[in-house]
Amino acid sequence: MSSAKGIWKVIAASSVGTLIEWYDFYIFGSLAIIISEKFFPADNPTTAFLATLATFAAGFIVRPFGALVFGRLGDIVGRKYTFLLTLILMGGSTFLIGCIPSYQSFHLAPYVILLLRLLQGLALGGEYGGAATYVAEHAPANKKGYYTSWIQTTATLGLFISLIVIITIQNSLSKEDFNQWGWRLPFLLSIVLVIISIFIRLKMKESPLFTKLKASGKISKNPLKESFTKKQHLKIVLLALFGATMGQGVVWYTSQFYTQTFLLKTCGLNATQTNTWLCIALLLATPFFIFFGWLSDKIGRKKIMMLGLLLAIIFYRPIFAKLYSYTNTLQKQEVTSTIDVKKIVHPYLANDSLIIKTTQANYTDESTLLLIEKYTESVVKAGNNQPQEVKKTITLNNSYQWKIIGLIFILVFFVTMVYGPIAAFLVELFPTKIRYTSMSLPYHIGNGVFGGLVPFIVTLISVMPSSNYLSGLWYPIGVAAICFIIGSLYISNQQLNISDNEEQDELNN
Amino acid sequence: MQQLKKYLGIVWILLAVLIIVLLVYAAIINISSEGKADIHHPLPWIIIITIFTPIAFGLALFGYYALKEEYV
Repeated sequence: MSSAKGIWKVIAASSVGTLIEWYDFYIFGSLAIIISEKFFPADNPTTAFLATLATFAAGFIVRPFGALVFGRLGDIVGRKYTFLLTLILMGGSTFLIGCIPSYQSFHLAPYVILLLRLLQGLALGGEYGGAATYVAEHAPANKKGYYTSWIQTTATLGLFISLIVIITIQNSLSKEDFNQWGWRLPFLLSIVLVIISIFIRLKMKESPLFTKLKASGKISKNPLKESFTKKQHLKIVLLALFGATMGQGVVWYTSQFYTQTFLLKTCGLNATQTNTWLCIALLLATPFFIFFGWLSDKIGRKKIMMLGLLLAIIFYRPIFAKLYSYTNTLQKQEVTSTIDVKKIVHPYLANDSLIIKTTQANYTDESTLLLIEKYTESVVKAGNNQPQEVKKTITLNNSYQWKIIGLIFILVFFVTMVYGPIAAFLVELFPTKIRYTSMSLPYHIGNGVFGGLVPFIVTLISVMPSSNYLSGLWYPIGVAAICFIIGSLYISNQQLNISDNEEQDELNN
Repeated sequence: MQQLKKYLGIVWILLAVLIIVLLVYAAIINISSEGKADIHHPLPWIIIITIFTPIAFGLALFGYYALKEEYV
């Protein structure tokens, strides 16, 4: 066991690196629109294809693949060097994304960006399992939940920092400068953070449990084979996925990312208000990762995670309905409104015109609406009065601020319940010799695939007949409900005892 | 409880089959050359069905283990 001072060094070294990896991964997503403009012009079918591949492949295929590649390496070579490698890979890829010239001057840019994005996904797949395993293997048995919960804060803080960095740079530069070169700064900044983190991690020692296992010559020769072909381990991998990480992944993604998309696109809330209020809610909820990690050491992991899933299942629809109601102008009383209609030459259709109707409305609660509707003249003449494009922006009065922050806080609170204890839960399911491999795969399938699919499935459900603005939520609710049933029924303390006993046998024999 | 866990195994096996059938069906009805959104393009569907096939197989295997009372 490590001394108290030693364990905090271990937590700091692991958490800072993981935080930077999440930051690197998120800035690509947060700057997706500008990256798309610079590298993947939509009018070019090849680059549009590559853009889709970058979005889908990085999360769905490469992350679980990274979990297998680096998990195996971590169980053979060691945790320390493996998660150093993932950090270098992530940091290097992120820095290079900031250096690549745009498509206009470098036609191979989309291919290079795709490659770098895939490397980011690969690195992320390997990082988390390494950091969680490394911390857990330094922690005393009765404090694994508390110590690993610090790693659990990094995903939310990574999102928070990426938003803060982008907002700060956007506010410091003119719109033209940001679009021209300023968007590169968050990527370039990453290299400084990564170098600092590499130095910190280089000073760390290998995990004591792994060192002991290696010294006794008992490390696994083929962790992939042992994890996924031995029934005793495979059945636990499947239980971890379907009884824990699958539900945790959709709750995590829905509460933190879908909320942002819902407020921006479905509700039409002003982007600055959305991002600022989201940041405040994230910051307020973050300590609860630590709280639930600590609590899981006292009362068990399963109860907290299952309660978090149940609360999400019950309250998702009412909370999202409430968020929608705050921005629903049909429920507000209009004070004044102005309508401006202008006709311009259609930018894409030479012999046609574009009619732009701009409506500005003020309401009694001091909220304002800006509605821009675009019609193609020939389409209107043909009898179709539906606008081809609608952009709605609502700016709410500040009296709504704490109501919306409160609701987002509750959504993120559910995340802290399911995500806070999960690292310790996964670590305890598997013996040291295959831990990195076995825990990484269910984690990244749960988060990358089930969680990452939230926007796609929500869109799919929303285009179905008779669907409404809440219909898409049936996907996370359904997945969380199945996970809740499986987790509640099949996860027992006996599974934890099995891996504990196996580990003792490994070290004693 | 043990009996419930055992017989729910059949539900997990059927659910695994249903997931793949639904995904293939949804792909067929949504892929369209006229649509612009991701759900109208074949590539995301190919990626999703490819990645979900082994996951569905895993769910069926989980159901099989449940049916064999491997989870006590």
